[in-house]
Amino acid sequence: MSSRVSRALRVAVVALLLFAPITGLVLSGYQLSIHWQRPLWLAAAVLVGYFTLSWLMQHLGWLDRFAASRSAVQPTATIGLSGPRPVWIGAAILFALLLPFVLGKYAVSVAILALIYLLLGLGLNIVVGLAGLLDLGFVAFYAVGAYTYALGYHYFHLSFWLALPLGALLAALFGMILGFPVLRLHGDYLAIVTLGFGEIIRLVLNNWVSVTGGPNGVSVPFPTLLGLEFNRKAKQGGVPIHEFFAVEYSSDHRSLFLYFLLLIVVALLILMVIRLKRMPIGRAWEALRENEVACRSLGIHHVTVKLSAFGLGAMVGGVGGVFFAALQGFVNPTSFTFFESAYILAIVVLGGMGSTTGVIGAALLLTVLPELLRDFSDYRVLSVGIAMVLMMVWRPRGLRQRRRPFFVIPAQDLPKAPVAVSQGVAEQ
Amino acid sequence: MSESRSASAVTPEPLLRVHEICAGYGAIEALHGISLQVQSGEIVALIGANGAGKSSLLMSICANPPARKGKIFFAGQDITVLATHQIARLGVAHVPEGRRVFTYMTVAENLAMGLMALPEQANHGLLQAGGGADPEQIYHLFPRLRERAQQRAGTLSGGEQQMLAIGRALMSRPRLLLLDEPSLGLAPQIMGRIFATLRDIVKEGTTIFLVEQNANQALQLADRAYVLVNGRITLSGTGKELLASPEIRKAYLGGH
Ligand SMILES: Nc1ncnc2c1ncn2[C@@H]1O[C@H](COP(=O)(O)OP(=O)(O)OP(=O)(O)O)[C@@H](O)[C@H]1O
Ligand SMILES: [Mg+2]
Repeated sequence: MSSRVSRALRVAVVALLLFAPITGLVLSGYQLSIHWQRPLWLAAAVLVGYFTLSWLMQHLGWLDRFAASRSAVQPTATIGLSGPRPVWIGAAILFALLLPFVLGKYAVSVAILALIYLLLGLGLNIVVGLAGLLDLGFVAFYAVGAYTYALGYHYFHLSFWLALPLGALLAALFGMILGFPVLRLHGDYLAIVTLGFGEIIRLVLNNWVSVTGGPNGVSVPFPTLLGLEFNRKAKQGGVPIHEFFAVEYSSDHRSLFLYFLLLIVVALLILMVIRLKRMPIGRAWEALRENEVACRSLGIHHVTVKLSAFGLGAMVGGVGGVFFAALQGFVNPTSFTFFESAYILAIVVLGGMGSTTGVIGAALLLTVLPELLRDFSDYRVLSVGIAMVLMMVWRPRGLRQRRRPFFVIPAQDLPKAPVAVSQGVAEQ
Repeated sequence: MSESRSASAVTPEPLLRVHEICAGYGAIEALHGISLQVQSGEIVALIGANGAGKSSLLMSICANPPARKGKIFFAGQDITVLATHQIARLGVAHVPEGRRVFTYMTVAENLAMGLMALPEQANHGLLQAGGGADPEQIYHLFPRLRERAQQRAGTLSGGEQQMLAIGRALMSRPRLLLLDEPSLGLAPQIMGRIFATLRDIVKEGTTIFLVEQNANQALQLADRAYVLVNGRITLSGTGKELLASPEIRKAYLGGH
């Protein structure tokens, strides 16, 4: 009891220290006024809130439930890499297909953004979650993809459909170029170098004005579908799609097209990641993350394994970039700041490193929630931070833990007494 | 001497021939001109004090770190120029010091990882982890692993992890098995079992070169042995000879 009081008091003091400068000092015009009551009220609310919550948790048995989900070895026996049940997958697909017709235009535009972030999250998940290489400069590959389309159109009239594979390839190339020098680095050092790489790309795009247009950016045309344009009047030398199908012109066609195309790409990517995880390369990533010495002694070439992770992750980032450019119709370097890298990383960490389902959930959560809570948009970053803290407390391995098969003892073996270590010797 | 040797030609090319190699880490040189040979079908032991360079020798046979001077031949082929993974693919399996199993994978998955060295078999092995013929042979050598096949390797006991590390290395059917202190931290009884299993492994056609702290057991097991002191080979001979040598008795066997 007393420990709870003292903990609540400590939390309140921390809250006071945090809130005092944020809420206590108010700048109006050039006048700084001090509202000392506000932080005190907030701290008091935190004190009471903490106390009640911890009491509730203990007495309503919440604590036990959280504790159970936290333990490393779970008593439930599972074999195989269990994903979500088919019913849920089917429901999700059905929902995705019907969404534009049920929820309307605004929902589609939010969903497109969510799908782009989902794409990026899945890409970074290959590098960080599966291969265990902490990459803080992922946005660089996103930028490479976006600028491949933008500059490719600007200089060579490259179409969206050509920019898509080319952007992916170029981004993968950049991924490997980055991967090569950092092969020997681990953890923090790797993170810092990748962070630097992300900034280099952005600064080059910003300052190489003669080629990239610098901060003024480059405009990008909307993709065409088999030569059919999504414009009211043909601009790119094709036929407008509404004339071809003899329907009324609607700007919705654009977002519907992007939405379904992204849906297909994301679905393919998810299938690819699921396959990769079970393929030798996926196992090699996992093994390398755990123990590099053992891997090399088993004949795994750590260079190719790491480079493949960097390359594949970057490739997915590049695809995301091309879609982003097509969606915005315009790219400039301000879209590719470190904040984007951090946001994508937040998706991966929040989702649970390595878990595909988790990343999907986190990407949707982190893009859809801020839209729903538009009025609180000032607190977007704060709420991500709070979500992270809460997660560290209750779900230290992410929303959805990566499932691995473990601890199964067939029922008929259970009553057996401890067995001698190796009887094979005697049988020889 | 083993049968395979007497059966073959007069002076057969040894399976492993290390010729005056020097190796080290940065400014530190750990090995100063080591020469030794391992014949096919033998068990050869390397004993020495802590920091003598035993692990370093095994590692530089696998080019990690590569030798700075001298040459290493495996089955007549110069492997000094190859990279670690290429050497592993030739049929040299290295069980590094301190049982480095993949703790998050199951026992069966760990064993399947042993097939990674063989690209064409890798797919097959991974898709039927726990099924194929090769894991069965490992389970036959170490029945304990069969019981634990679906258990996460990190939850195995130390001895079981050592069995798993050896089993994983055997999955690729290596011609040469390099073992770094298989007895590390094991109870004498379990260690005796593992050593007995090593004899079976040799019978099935794998040659063993092992590093041991436990000189007594190692010398009893080995056909031949080398003694390493501060990066130099100071003594060599058959296991029995070294066991009887007063020098060895004094330095490594506590003078009994
Ligand atoms: N990565 C490294 N970097 C620098 N020096 C190293 C490294 N690894 C080993 N050494 C040095 O090389 C020498 C030999 O080490 P090694 O690990 O080969 O000894 P060992 O004979 O295996 O000892 P032990 O019986 O304790 O395992 C030691 O002096 C050690 O400090
Ligand atoms: Mg050692």
